[in-house]
Amino acid sequence: MSEITDTETLETTAENPVSGIDQAAGNFKYEMTYDYDAGTGLNERTVDYISSVKKEAPWILEFRQNALKTFFSKPLPTHWASKDLETINFDKIRYYLSQGLKPKRTWDEVPADIKRTFERLGIPEQERKFLAGVEAQFDSEAAYSNIKEAVSKQGVIFVNSTEGLREHPEIFRKFFGKVIPTGDNKFSALNSAVFSGGSFIYVPPGVKVSHPLQAYFRINAENFGQFERTLIICDEGSELTYMEGCTAPKFSTATLHSAVVELVALKGAKIQYITVQNWSSNVFNLVTKRGLAHEEAEIKWIDCNIGSRLTMKYPGVVLKGRKARGEVISIALANDGQHQDTGAKMIHAADETTSTVVSKSISVGQGRATYRGVVHIPRHLKGCKNNTECDALLISTNSRTDTYPAITVRGDHHAVQHEASVSKVSAEQIFYMQQRGLTEGQAMSLSVNGFINDLARQFPMEYSVELKRLIDLEMEGSVG
Amino acid sequence: MAGAAPAQPAVADLLGGFTPEVFDRHLASQAASPAWWLERKRSAYARFESLPMPKRTDESWRFSTIAGINLGGFAPSGEGAAPSQGAPAASPLGLAAAATLSFLDGRLSGRTPLPADLAAKGVVASTLSEAIGSRADLLREHFMAQPQKLGSAKFAALHEAFIQDGAFLHVPRGVEVEKPIVIVHAASGAGTAVFPHTLVIAEDNARVTVVDYFVSNDGGRHFACGANDLYAGHGAKITYAAAQCWSKQALSLQFNSTVVRRDARVQSLNLHLGGRQARHESLSQLQAPGGFSEMLAITIADGSRECDQRTLQIHQAPSTKSDLLYKNALLDQSRTIFSGLIIVDPDAQKTDAYQSNRNLMLSDEAESNSLPGLEIQANDVRCTHGATSSRIDPEQEFYLKSRGIPRKAADELLIFGFFEEVLNRLESGELQAALRALIRAQLGEGPRP
Repeated sequence: MSEITDTETLETTAENPVSGIDQAAGNFKYEMTYDYDAGTGLNERTVDYISSVKKEAPWILEFRQNALKTFFSKPLPTHWASKDLETINFDKIRYYLSQGLKPKRTWDEVPADIKRTFERLGIPEQERKFLAGVEAQFDSEAAYSNIKEAVSKQGVIFVNSTEGLREHPEIFRKFFGKVIPTGDNKFSALNSAVFSGGSFIYVPPGVKVSHPLQAYFRINAENFGQFERTLIICDEGSELTYMEGCTAPKFSTATLHSAVVELVALKGAKIQYITVQNWSSNVFNLVTKRGLAHEEAEIKWIDCNIGSRLTMKYPGVVLKGRKARGEVISIALANDGQHQDTGAKMIHAADETTSTVVSKSISVGQGRATYRGVVHIPRHLKGCKNNTECDALLISTNSRTDTYPAITVRGDHHAVQHEASVSKVSAEQIFYMQQRGLTEGQAMSLSVNGFINDLARQFPMEYSVELKRLIDLEMEGSVG
Repeated sequence: MAGAAPAQPAVADLLGGFTPEVFDRHLASQAASPAWWLERKRSAYARFESLPMPKRTDESWRFSTIAGINLGGFAPSGEGAAPSQGAPAASPLGLAAAATLSFLDGRLSGRTPLPADLAAKGVVASTLSEAIGSRADLLREHFMAQPQKLGSAKFAALHEAFIQDGAFLHVPRGVEVEKPIVIVHAASGAGTAVFPHTLVIAEDNARVTVVDYFVSNDGGRHFACGANDLYAGHGAKITYAAAQCWSKQALSLQFNSTVVRRDARVQSLNLHLGGRQARHESLSQLQAPGGFSEMLAITIADGSRECDQRTLQIHQAPSTKSDLLYKNALLDQSRTIFSGLIIVDPDAQKTDAYQSNRNLMLSDEAESNSLPGLEIQANDVRCTHGATSSRIDPEQEFYLKSRGIPRKAADELLIFGFFEEVLNRLESGELQAALRALIRAQLGEGPRP
């Protein structure tokens, strides 16, 4: 049933020595036979098919159908966004592919070909080492989902979107589609119409989940669109760290990934959401992420974008309760042919709310890194604070970086500050290191790692080591 | 789109009072002008007609109150008799001027000529209508010659179509004009549309200071659609200051373009005090190595006024420098928008660009919007920008209070302190004093928090 197609055969371009190296870990593919396939293209029947395969409640089907209408009615946001979006052909994409609907609870039950994929990516090993629970999504559905017994005994629910809406509607329906309404943007509407997979998590009051929960998203099929849906609810005083990773093999055709991630932190809760995005360089990664922070709650997005052809992602926090805190830490690395259009949105909606955005981007070769941000402080609030810092590092003479923040402040009781700088690697630093015996490439890697070091340190150890390794690889051969 | 006049037909939304019939009448009144000038006006009018009105989704109009940009109810002024030319105030704004030109509703109302020695060196401080005949070559090269990149192409075309007169300043190679040349653009009456224009051409190594003073003779609801183009040749130095004191009912759209050649230096300071809705677009093009453009602005927004500033610093050549500092003080229910962009072209290595927008919030009802942007395509550059919005430092306020200074006076002192950083960038103490006096008058009038 399965045939290994290895890295070499999938590598289509070789003109840039750097391109492809970073994706090497994920750039392999096993031929699959899918039991469920919604075919190519998108219409009402696609949506009906997905809903019927999942045996969904009527209200979900209706939700999907309405979302599809919204998707068709909305134009692409190209009046401000990259024209590259116009190259996406929505009729050539496969919207649903799965081998089975029920995720397995042990790796032994996972079909051998899928299991092989995740073993090669090191997921089961990481689970044993430092995770409280793992979900592994393969194309449209989770192949594996497990939470350590100690954690589930605390009442933590960790399931995929289908299970979440079917088995715990009393918990999830209330917030589903509320933080990010269907019509928020064209791609959130698309996701709402065809979503499948993703994590639905509920943490009961006061429970502090000591180890991170992790989801790993894998695209295997060509011309595929992955539309996972994640909803995390942390009840009063609870704490959670969630991590997601993703890879796909490199195809010559475009692949679409369009997720919706909603977080709800109730009074005093803390959510930390960590993403290491390493899609192959043919993936359009168009993701809507937003959190709702109630009184004294804290939501922190740590968002690291290394892969994909075009990423458009601006994690946001709606600071709804007094003294809520929002934070976005963003690292973007744009290599040849890549456009990392990332940023943050901070919507202050209560007194004494504070938000911080720190963004660091690195552009290599003809890569383009863009920061786009919104800070909004409406009328009649008191004591809101925002601090935004964007630093861009340009490695090659033709690298590109853009910064487009929008800051609205109403009233005289706030303090808002935005700063950005653009620089190149200091020639003096490189000279110094070379003079101490490092090669130019090593010196460059060290310098770039130094640039992001204070942010990388905020990642869990395993991720920050991985991040440094990826940056070393990306920087190889980029000098000059 | 226009909330005040919902039943207007579409063409009026698009053209307002500037219909083809009105344009034909205007052309007829300009019949004495040369054919090429009239042809330019005709093609400008065609552009104005065909270009769309700004839309809410236009990035270059983000946060602007689009409904306020309604051209209905305005008509070009001055098709009747020319204003009687009285002698203008000897020193407008208290400045000892090298020459002055005064315009009322678009036409010359008074002037004091240049001293003989400067005239003998070839310096020209004339009206555009005089220059159309005598300096057609320079006009063809420089008049409205730069691209409109900041959203108002339609209104710039309107300006070009309906312009009656303006100032034409030409400083030949190597000539220095010590004292400022002052131009007064006055408007009067409700519904009047004026198209003030100032064109400054400083040839290689020339030096000149130019002051534009925009003023309403009454509190009328004018429409001012103005342009000023600054051209600094190699090694030239232009200091430009504009005091925009239109009535608080006026709609003002002003487009600036600055071209900076090799080793030239242009410093411009715009003081924005008037207009119910005032939009100012400023484009600096650094075209050759060593060029430096310093862009400064002071805005006092009060009442329910909207002050909208859009800037673009384009570094087109290596080793150029730009430095922007825009400070806004916001009172009452006012709104400000600052949208700035620095573009560094791929070849413009060694660029040094800076952009800073500071908003001083003095009311709980005021709203500031900042969009400080960068588009950098070269790596060996130093580009930074910053934007802040905050209130008066409570510690400073407390200090002044503890010294027995009343709150109102203390706030004014602190607002002055806030603006002083910008004024101090001007070399001329006299010019600083003139602008300071205007700021003082504005603060004295406006209701206090």
